[in-house]
Amino acid sequence: MKGTEPLLKVENLSVGFTAGKQVLTAVDQANLTIYPGQTIAIVGESGSGKSTLAHAVIGLLPGTGRVLGGEIQFEGTDISRSSRSKILALRGSEIGLVPQDPMSNLNPLWKVGFQIKEALVANGVASGHAADKRVIELLEEAGLPDAERRARQYPHEFSGGMRQRALIAMGLAARPKLLIADEPTSALDVTVQKQILDHLDQLTDTLGVAVMLITHDLGLAAERADHLVVMYRGRIVESGPARDILQSPEHPYTKRLVSKAPSLASQRLSSVRARAEVREQAVQTAAEIAEEVAQSDAEFGEGRNDIIVAENLTKIFKLRGAKPWQKVDFAAVDDVSFSLRRGTTTAIVGESGSGKSTVARMVLDLLPPSSGRVLFDGRDVNELKSKSERLRLRRQMQPVFQNPYASLDPLYSIYQSIEEPLRTHDVGTKKERETRVRDLLDKVSLPTTVMSRYPGELSGGQRQRVAIARALALEPEVVICDEAVSALDVLVQAQILELLNDLQAELGLSYLFITHDLAVVRQIADNVIVMQDGKVVESAAVSEVFDNPQKDYTRKLLDAIPGASIELGA
Amino acid sequence: MHETQPGTRPGQERFVAPVDETPLREIDAVDIDAVPANQWKEAWKRLRVSILFWLSVVILGVIAAMIFFPTLFTDVKPTTVDLGKSFDPASDGHPFGYNQQGYDVWSRTVYGARASVAVGFFTTILTTILGVVTGAVAGYYGKFADTIISRLSDIFFSIPLLLACIVTVSVLNNRFPDRGFWLSVLVVVLALALFAWPQITRQMRGAVLETKNLEFVDAATAIGASRMKNLWRHIVPNALAPVIVTATISLGVFIVAETSLSFLGLGLPPSVASWGNDLSAAQSQVRSGQHLRVMYVPAAALALTVLGFILLGEAVREALDPKARKK
Repeated sequence: MKGTEPLLKVENLSVGFTAGKQVLTAVDQANLTIYPGQTIAIVGESGSGKSTLAHAVIGLLPGTGRVLGGEIQFEGTDISRSSRSKILALRGSEIGLVPQDPMSNLNPLWKVGFQIKEALVANGVASGHAADKRVIELLEEAGLPDAERRARQYPHEFSGGMRQRALIAMGLAARPKLLIADEPTSALDVTVQKQILDHLDQLTDTLGVAVMLITHDLGLAAERADHLVVMYRGRIVESGPARDILQSPEHPYTKRLVSKAPSLASQRLSSVRARAEVREQAVQTAAEIAEEVAQSDAEFGEGRNDIIVAENLTKIFKLRGAKPWQKVDFAAVDDVSFSLRRGTTTAIVGESGSGKSTVARMVLDLLPPSSGRVLFDGRDVNELKSKSERLRLRRQMQPVFQNPYASLDPLYSIYQSIEEPLRTHDVGTKKERETRVRDLLDKVSLPTTVMSRYPGELSGGQRQRVAIARALALEPEVVICDEAVSALDVLVQAQILELLNDLQAELGLSYLFITHDLAVVRQIADNVIVMQDGKVVESAAVSEVFDNPQKDYTRKLLDAIPGASIELGA
Repeated sequence: MHETQPGTRPGQERFVAPVDETPLREIDAVDIDAVPANQWKEAWKRLRVSILFWLSVVILGVIAAMIFFPTLFTDVKPTTVDLGKSFDPASDGHPFGYNQQGYDVWSRTVYGARASVAVGFFTTILTTILGVVTGAVAGYYGKFADTIISRLSDIFFSIPLLLACIVTVSVLNNRFPDRGFWLSVLVVVLALALFAWPQITRQMRGAVLETKNLEFVDAATAIGASRMKNLWRHIVPNALAPVIVTATISLGVFIVAETSLSFLGLGLPPSVASWGNDLSAAQSQVRSGQHLRVMYVPAAALALTVLGFILLGEAVREALDPKARKK
């Protein structure tokens, strides 16, 4: 199937968006070539122009976007200046698209089968009964079991992975020569991601479809594509054979990516060593704090070694049953026990729906457990009756949440947000509080000029820093990070992980780190608890879990870390 | 797809861009020069360039001037009456002539703004306070409080506003037969507010339900903020935007409601100059088809005022647009 003539050749392509009288260049002089049947990957952070480049190829630039210069040659003809009707003829039949967000890219009002049929009819592939039959074949091909029944269902009856499969079926419906997959799996669990990408690989291979894979994850890109294109600030900074680039990156940006991306960094022994150093220092500092706590009456707790102990935590939610008066018990968390040693990090890993966040909420005393108990430094959290004791518990234990866009009150300035815990606990005078806020911003490496800003003006990573500063305001001993880095770009993710590590070493903090991503675990955690369907599957030290996983499920999670199979240079 | 290629193909050779073309930036650098802007400031920025907004400001500015400085518009007192001048045409100082009783039409309209807008204004304040408090409590505390408030608001919602007001006002009017300007306004305000709050309640409840599950609310709880503090400091301010839009638009609606009541002879007593009373008095002209200017002038004032508030509400809605806010 592999031809010698390029299928797609992008030459000096520039794409810009008009804002008022200004033209903002989103893609600057990009060159790339795809041969028939080949998979290439475009890698870059958000805002790097990777999606804009892909959308320019298929003529789907949003809003004011337009091609400023250069050529897009598809099978030898320039399509960058083609008429609308020509592009329309090309779309679907020659170039297919698998969009990013499976949740919003299927129309909730139409059955899935109908929407795929639409693609078939629009491209003149089939119509009527033939099309109905084809839909089922396509869904089967995309790996949906029981395709005939599934075709008659609505998108809301599908899980995220199933929807993405339906979208893949749609993208491949008219057998295009090129499939553009724009972050096709970034909204999905890692194991589902692996399944879907494996399947996509296999399918495009058999059909001889070339794939342009857009992703922010270098590890994933290198694993799936043989040619890599790295984009940074609208330009292609490096391209070439995947293995070459990974083993000897040359552009400083690519170097940065290769050294920092968690999926790759997690394999390095250096990150294990770095973590060991952090732990040693943190445990030492924490032990000093514990001694003080044990001797002082004013402090909350007894200065034990295990600062948090969860015993047989269970949370049962009542769900609506089949009939209006029926209630069904659903155990979101089922008999979970663990302990968190002072100055260390315990990670709770699991896919969505595993109950890991519910555990975090119970430990934080935001949700009462159905049974079981949480001991904070030897004291049962549920038995704290007086308001003052509860407040003191709050001071010792602070959360950092997942969504950097929702975890700060949009109407509070950064200063107000960080000062709020101090004000709530009547700490210091106004002047002292201001000094403290400045200190805290400094700790999370933010300039004090952000004090008067509002969350809407900061990036996701910066907001997460503010959230960390707020969590540290009351000098807690434990910080509970609920997917605290999951929504961030890889480099920003690495940066926040580093920050959390530094803070732990400096302040002797103990972390309970909730994540779906095993890749980050090695850089931050000492112990791992793997959860599935509310139960603990495996619980051990990080090195044991990585080197010698005991359970199939854990192995599956480890396998799903993208890029795990790639050999890296130093 | 994964076979390694023997050598690379044309166009896919190793390429490294010169570093100075795209110099590396600090990861996630903070823009030092940015000017702080919160939601309200941003909204004001958008409002400032809105034509709708300035149009409504001009209209409402004129109306406000009529209320606070009526002498700028007319030297004639609205109480000056000369039956001999009944339906006299326009003359110097009396741009729209006289009505049936011999009042100056223009002067009545200018002074009538006060009562009409006062009713709209105070009703809006009262319904908003009622609606925000009940809606916030229902949405936040849920359970029993929600059931009570929601069912109560359903009941009040199902009663036609004007019909309910007619009954209430006539009962209240019988209780206070001899009432001055402010008491008359108060009666109408109370009657309208009593039946108009559920709309705001529903809206507020919905907005609070949406806001209370956001992570910053959990974060505040984890800090140790009490439930009350959380509700009033974090949730309510973030849920207020849609309510402000509705309140602005409903101000115009209440002015119309007052006019309707007065037109039916139930709103403000005839002794109070109001557009509704003037329109009511002009009823017979509609039937005879003569001296229609007696009706047109207060009607135009009414229409303009309501338009002003609706435009303002529309402009505020655009400025507060939640989609634009997320950015």
